[in-house]
Amino acid sequence: MDTNDSLRVASLWHLMHAISQQLSPTTGCSEIELLEADTFDLHIFQSLTGTKLFVVCEPGTQHMEALLKVIYELYTDYVLNNPFYETKIPIRCELFDINLTQAIQKDRVALLGR
Amino acid sequence: MQFFGGSEISPSPPTPTTTTGNNAHMIYIFNRNGVCLLYREWNRPLHTLNPQQDHKLMFGLLFSLKSLASKMDPTSADKGNLGVPQLPGQGCSFHSFRTNTYKLSFMETPSGIKFILVTNPRTSDLRETLKYIYNLYVEYVAKNPLYTPGTPIRCGLFNTAVDQYVRSI
Repeated sequence: MDTNDSLRVASLWHLMHAISQQLSPTTGCSEIELLEADTFDLHIFQSLTGTKLFVVCEPGTQHMEALLKVIYELYTDYVLNNPFYETKIPIRCELFDINLTQAIQKDRVALLGR
Repeated sequence: MQFFGGSEISPSPPTPTTTTGNNAHMIYIFNRNGVCLLYREWNRPLHTLNPQQDHKLMFGLLFSLKSLASKMDPTSADKGNLGVPQLPGQGCSFHSFRTNTYKLSFMETPSGIKFILVTNPRTSDLRETLKYIYNLYVEYVAKNPLYTPGTPIRCGLFNTAVDQYVRSI
């Protein structure tokens, strides 16, 4: 998926998020947390500032919320605290990438035991 | 997904997994052109829009979500462009999504009939439930000689059967 596609998916998601709130049968609907499809699950975490984190995983994976929170912490540590980072540009921070891969590996090891 | 396992209604509906009987909020059934064949609500405190807009919005939401799921599918090599209508069964389709106030379960049959069930968020996987409702649809609606395909369903027996079954989920 290239950058244009990512932008399209992001804007489509924003629209659907709004529609799903409109269609809620009760009040107080905040956001879509989980989308289950045939071959993947999509978990979403929204911070209080409106930043959304998406994780695509195997169907039925547990404990994705914890992983999302960990990734959010990494994001605040490496990206937002970076004085050279401007908002709304793609993230190009090596330390962030390294720690992100490590966190996912750790999660995979904990899950699969290898 | 096997739709043609038998011509009669499956003898035992899936056993209910939650204890409360008041689980489901509403059900929608659409055909492939977006006509809302059935809308029933059992527990809906909040009405944001009038029914016509509500149906259109629901159909549009499902169309976009299917398109998105097919695009984001990590397993398929060739993904169509966003916005291209997906045929039933082509590509990867989502089967449910959950927010903090509701869970929406979706099933599309090969003939393009879409079943949507909105329940409380703690419900487990409802794919078997939707298949059972599809069987009810086949028995009471599709096999009804007086029913014109593409028009809203006005069959008392079907409504009763659906109400009864959904209350037991």
